[in-house]
Amino acid sequence: MNELKCIISIIGEETTRAVIGLVGVMILVVVNALILTWAERKVAGHMQRRIAAKEVGPFGLIQPIADSLKLLCKELITPHHAERPLFYLAPTLIFLPVLVSFVVIPFDAYLQVKDINVGILVILAFSSLSVLSILIAGWGSNNKYSLIGSIRSVAQNIAYEIPLLLSLLPIIIIAQSFSLRDIVEAQKGLWFVVYQPFAFLIFFTASVAETNRTPFDLPEAESELVAGFHTEYSGMRFALFFLAEYTNIFIVSAIATTFFLGGYNGPILPGIIWFFIKTYFLVFVILWMRWTFPRVRFDQLLNLSWKILIPVALVNLIVTGGILKL
Amino acid sequence: MTSVVEIVKGFVSLIVGMGVTIKAFFSPVVTVQYPRKTINITPRFRGHTKLVADSERPERTKCIVCGMCERNCPSKSIKKITGEKLEGEKKKTATQYILDFTTCSQCGICVETCPVDALEFSADYNPVGYKREDFHYDLVKEFEKRRQKL
Repeated sequence: MNELKCIISIIGEETTRAVIGLVGVMILVVVNALILTWAERKVAGHMQRRIAAKEVGPFGLIQPIADSLKLLCKELITPHHAERPLFYLAPTLIFLPVLVSFVVIPFDAYLQVKDINVGILVILAFSSLSVLSILIAGWGSNNKYSLIGSIRSVAQNIAYEIPLLLSLLPIIIIAQSFSLRDIVEAQKGLWFVVYQPFAFLIFFTASVAETNRTPFDLPEAESELVAGFHTEYSGMRFALFFLAEYTNIFIVSAIATTFFLGGYNGPILPGIIWFFIKTYFLVFVILWMRWTFPRVRFDQLLNLSWKILIPVALVNLIVTGGILKL
Repeated sequence: MTSVVEIVKGFVSLIVGMGVTIKAFFSPVVTVQYPRKTINITPRFRGHTKLVADSERPERTKCIVCGMCERNCPSKSIKKITGEKLEGEKKKTATQYILDFTTCSQCGICVETCPVDALEFSADYNPVGYKREDFHYDLVKEFEKRRQKL
């Protein structure tokens, strides 16, 4: 503890907190990605009634480490006519907003990197930045599939960011706060999913679309676009896109847990365990959906957002506001 | 109003679909881990033909070298059958039975025309080789091995 006090006295409490938080978040991001790659293969396998990865380590648990070692050793290929600065920038850029989102997520009552009083706005603002890096990746690759994939991604993300925000607004109205800790504290009695089931469904649908997961994975539709925006990326650059995708899944599940499922609230077990149980349950549902539903058509995708989710979310918002006013 | 009904119906169908996959998720695995475990070959499986052992003398084949199979083979896959008369016996015994498996279509005419039922399909499902000649089997060889063991 003395060393810690010494460090705090040198660089100040805020900086120490930020550094420790960043290290913790980085560990969480990597471990989460390792678990999710393994879990996705296992879920896929068992839903198709096969075993999936089983050769490397017990139950194939070391498989993700073997995969990441392979990706580390691979050659980084740059296409001939690629926009080099943009091409190199995109994988790094996609990873930054993901890291920032972790700062405000409350893992436990006192386990949060920083409780910002506009926490949810920070997450939403930064998560919309990932569209930019997808667009940069698609443009920089100088490949028609990448470009089509990234254009789709932009259209999709713009369409789904609106219901995402609109479904969170009723919660903010009820909790009277933008801070994620306050919102969790307001759910001590009853979870907000009970008050706002429609908002939860809309948020969940929109967040699946936002993370480009099946059934909304048009940006990387492998049967038509090879791999979409990351077609030209190899080795560690591809791994960063992969890492960002899995981390995004974790973040949207964590936000859904915080806003609708009572965050770290729960009996007996410590709060952080409840938080991870709820979050990973939602992650499992996202994986489960991937192996159940076929990909939607592009017009269906946009119709769902503009014709159903946004009107329902607006009505929900107005009704919630009206009831609270009465 | 119809669109609301449609949305509800669609939502229910999504839930039903997820029910199907979660049931599959918790049901037992049906795949067999191939190189470590193999499934039993079904009795009707048609591998290459093999000669049937004589019920009284298992080191000898039932084949009497009549040449029916050779004559009836539509692909001319049975290349050569030779036999010899052993001392004190009326019928011939096969000493060589060359089957060219590269042209064989497993039609089963040889099995059906054999007057003494000396042919049957083997369960050999994974023959491999580096050259064409690897698939020119001498079906009597197996019996020679057995004879040497005795």
